[in-house]
Amino acid sequence: MAAPLVLVVLVAVTVRAALYRSSLAAFISERVEVASPLNAWKRVVEGLALLDLGISPYSGAVFHETPLIIYLFHFVIEYAELVFMITDVLTAIALYLAIQDFNKVVFKKQKLLIELDKYAPDVAELIRTPMEMHYIPLKVALVYLLNPYTVMSCVAKSTCAINNTVLAFFILATIKGSALLSAVFLALATYQSLYPLTLFAPALLYLLQRQFIPIKLKSKSFWLYTMQYAALYLCSLVVIICLSFFLLNSWDFIPSVYGFILSVPDLTPNIGLFWYFFAEMFEHFSLFFVCVFQINVFFYTIPLAIKLKEHPVFFMFVQLAIISIFKSYPTVGDIALYMAFLPVWSHLYRFLRNIFILSCVLIACSFLFPVLWHLWIYAGSANSNFYYAITLTFNIGQILLVSDYFYAFLRREYYLTHGLHLTRQDGTEAMLVLK
Amino acid sequence: MLAAAALLVLLAAGPGRADTGRDALREELLLSPLPAGDVAATFQFRTRWDADLQRGAVSHYRLFPKALGRLVAALGVRELHLALTQGFWRTRTWGQPPLQAPAGAELWVWFQPTVTDVDKAWKELSNILSGIFCASLNFIDSTNTVTPTASFRPLGLANGTDHHLLRYAVLPREVVCTENLTPWKKLLPCGSKAGLAVLLKAERLFHSSYHSQAVHIRPVCRDASCLAVSWELRQTLTVVFDTFSSGQGKKDWSLFKMFSRTLTDACPLASESKVYVDISPKNKEKELLEVTPPPTSVLEAVVQGDKRTYAVYDLLSPSLFNTSRSLNVQLKWKRPQESSELPVPILHAHRYVSGYGLQTGEISTLIYNTHPYRAFPVVLLETVPWYLRLYVHTLTIITKGKENKPSYIHYQPAQDRRRPHLLEMLIQLPANSVTKITIQFERALLKWTEYPPDPNHGFYVSSSVLSALVPSVIAMKDMDVEQSPLFTSLFPSSDGSSYFVRLYTEPLLVNLPTPDFSMPYNVICLTCTVVAVCYGSFYNLLTRTFHVEEPSRAGLAKRLANVIRKFRGVPPL
Repeated sequence: MAAPLVLVVLVAVTVRAALYRSSLAAFISERVEVASPLNAWKRVVEGLALLDLGISPYSGAVFHETPLIIYLFHFVIEYAELVFMITDVLTAIALYLAIQDFNKVVFKKQKLLIELDKYAPDVAELIRTPMEMHYIPLKVALVYLLNPYTVMSCVAKSTCAINNTVLAFFILATIKGSALLSAVFLALATYQSLYPLTLFAPALLYLLQRQFIPIKLKSKSFWLYTMQYAALYLCSLVVIICLSFFLLNSWDFIPSVYGFILSVPDLTPNIGLFWYFFAEMFEHFSLFFVCVFQINVFFYTIPLAIKLKEHPVFFMFVQLAIISIFKSYPTVGDIALYMAFLPVWSHLYRFLRNIFILSCVLIACSFLFPVLWHLWIYAGSANSNFYYAITLTFNIGQILLVSDYFYAFLRREYYLTHGLHLTRQDGTEAMLVLK
Repeated sequence: MLAAAALLVLLAAGPGRADTGRDALREELLLSPLPAGDVAATFQFRTRWDADLQRGAVSHYRLFPKALGRLVAALGVRELHLALTQGFWRTRTWGQPPLQAPAGAELWVWFQPTVTDVDKAWKELSNILSGIFCASLNFIDSTNTVTPTASFRPLGLANGTDHHLLRYAVLPREVVCTENLTPWKKLLPCGSKAGLAVLLKAERLFHSSYHSQAVHIRPVCRDASCLAVSWELRQTLTVVFDTFSSGQGKKDWSLFKMFSRTLTDACPLASESKVYVDISPKNKEKELLEVTPPPTSVLEAVVQGDKRTYAVYDLLSPSLFNTSRSLNVQLKWKRPQESSELPVPILHAHRYVSGYGLQTGEISTLIYNTHPYRAFPVVLLETVPWYLRLYVHTLTIITKGKENKPSYIHYQPAQDRRRPHLLEMLIQLPANSVTKITIQFERALLKWTEYPPDPNHGFYVSSSVLSALVPSVIAMKDMDVEQSPLFTSLFPSSDGSSYFVRLYTEPLLVNLPTPDFSMPYNVICLTCTVVAVCYGSFYNLLTRTFHVEEPSRAGLAKRLANVIRKFRGVPPL
């Protein structure tokens, strides 16, 4: 399996290197879909320039990266392109190894459930075979590396790629079962962009499952493990934040980074829903709706945890998708990460209802984004509503895609336990509805 | 009765000269023909008052206006400079300006060190001045106020210069009109009824290429020993008339043609009232022009590095009004002038914005040093509003094709909706060179309530300020302040070899992307719909479970359809 992976990596690196040397690199770096005020490379360079002038990068409103990024790029700024190519490759390799391990776990669990007779007798075609699961890790790495969104994100040198790498390592650590590393990487991811806080729940559920601790609220071992994991996570977070303090000897970065993410003062257009909403919001309700929109990202966690407690990795996928859609400054780099997981659920294809139209919507919107941006900003013949409309359509497409996969997943679970050929009481073929 | 009379005398003499101090008014008018055929008229009304306003012991105001005196005392103002300008001084064609001000309203104030909350005092000051001058100075707030560190030094007496006591703000969008001129004229001791101020008629003054009225208050030394402080109020008004186009192709002008008034007498309260006309010969040719009536005296001075000759009319001298009751200074050109090359000022600048589209742009400033062999440094101050996000790593300064590093750079980045960008640099300009300074910016999308009423007109970026000590070709001797206050205030020189110049560049007009202003309700509904779609789908998937469908009674539509089908003889649904 290593050889095809190496081949994929080489192809990906070649594509990126070719794009770096072409004239498209400048064009892609300027695109608002790829670079947001939080992760644009231009702003990293600006922050380092301000530091050279002796001014704190956080004294203005241009730089919103964490101090660890300053630390990192202070030394490797000359090799920035190489750094971003390496991060992409590391993400792909981490996902490859994680999915490989995950498939083994899935297969073992499936075997256990078959032996325990938990499955209905006629679901043979739904059972997954090692043959079919063999190429999934490679497909995941391929989808991540050669996804146009990832390529554009890498060529634009958006620090979203670094966030994706940290998240990929977090997923790898979780699936391998190491609570410490999982907590450390989750703390790093939360430190950089705050929203991965919601991934605490699926990681905890997975680790509990791996330790064979039952998820019961009365169980003492459950609470003990939860407390341990939470303590590891919080301590790593505190350590990282204190390290950041010592870079510039000030806490200025907290309002500049986290205050910025939460209060959304910069209304630069992007592919998300926040910018136009707050550009057109009545001043009186601004704070209320900022709170509503931020709570919207976090409040799906508990219900999903209750419903998907047996399937924490799917929970993680759905949570990642919700973060990418509803975060305050989304970019296509965030979408690329959850899309990399889609091959893992390729066995759900027969239950997906709208996959064709949704993929058409997503592809069409991706092409329309730069067109309508040009018409608004450069040609002056369209106005902001056009770009906003495509934003809405794109987000609806993503939401329906994720909920379609969720529906297909739940439906397959139902069939597994109740049998594929359902009959009504009178013997005729039955329809399955969600009631 | 005697006691009553004595009491009356005492009362009359009580608040007498003892605590008011001497005050004196000097009014001067400088008329200078500009190289391109325009005429610049600069009025200066200088009131000097030997009283200590700061102590607050003053209650009797004579020549010094009470509104401004109370302001200085109450808010702890050390120096105040307010200028309201319409138009732009074209340095390239008109030469070095005597007193330039940027387009719009400019206010810069040095506060006393005793003021604890400078920002609060600044806000109060701008509001009070807004009321006094009927200008919208109340729009001055933290988003357009900066604290420059090097460009604005105190022009009066100063005891230490902590730049935190300085505030500078420009409102480039401010329009100057008659309602700003009237309160300005009211502050003059003689109003507009006597003296030089009778020429200030609004219908002629605003029919000009450039109009700038200013108020400057500063403390000065009372005498050579400088043991006590006097307060000086200078009101200046500069106006440039285009006589060439309005004079049927002839460059002759007269006071009546320009102002539609003539001078009849001096202000009775003034101790000096003079009119200066610049009759310097161009290209060493004398007798090219003729001034009528003959002047009281002729003055020669070295001004801004040039030797100049002035015809002086002293309105207080009795000989002036002997022949006629009114004074109408006229200038006639004896020979039609050959179109000569315009003399190029030693320092001039030009600023423009480049780039296309509403996403990014670039501000470029070109500074020209045309001195043949002397290099000198210039301090450039740029204030850019926060919604044009400057990227200081894109700042490039290029002189003669090579990079020119500034020896001092002070950059304060903007904070959204709180303060603007401040960029101050000390740049060395080599002799006979053009320096190009460029910086890139990104345009922000604002909230729909933050746009002005005509959003597609654009947003103004205030002029940048260039301050320099320009070396002069001819040695200048120090002028005595008392002898010719006009020249020392209009053309100050710290030493004989250079003179101070403050230039302003053009203001810029930049377009920002706008949201659709008619759509707030629609946007809120549509975005909430998308969020609700997600919420709804997830709610369904999380709270409902799969069930086998139970056969249910056919709905009304289905039954109706079955009835029709039975009639047609087709099997039912």
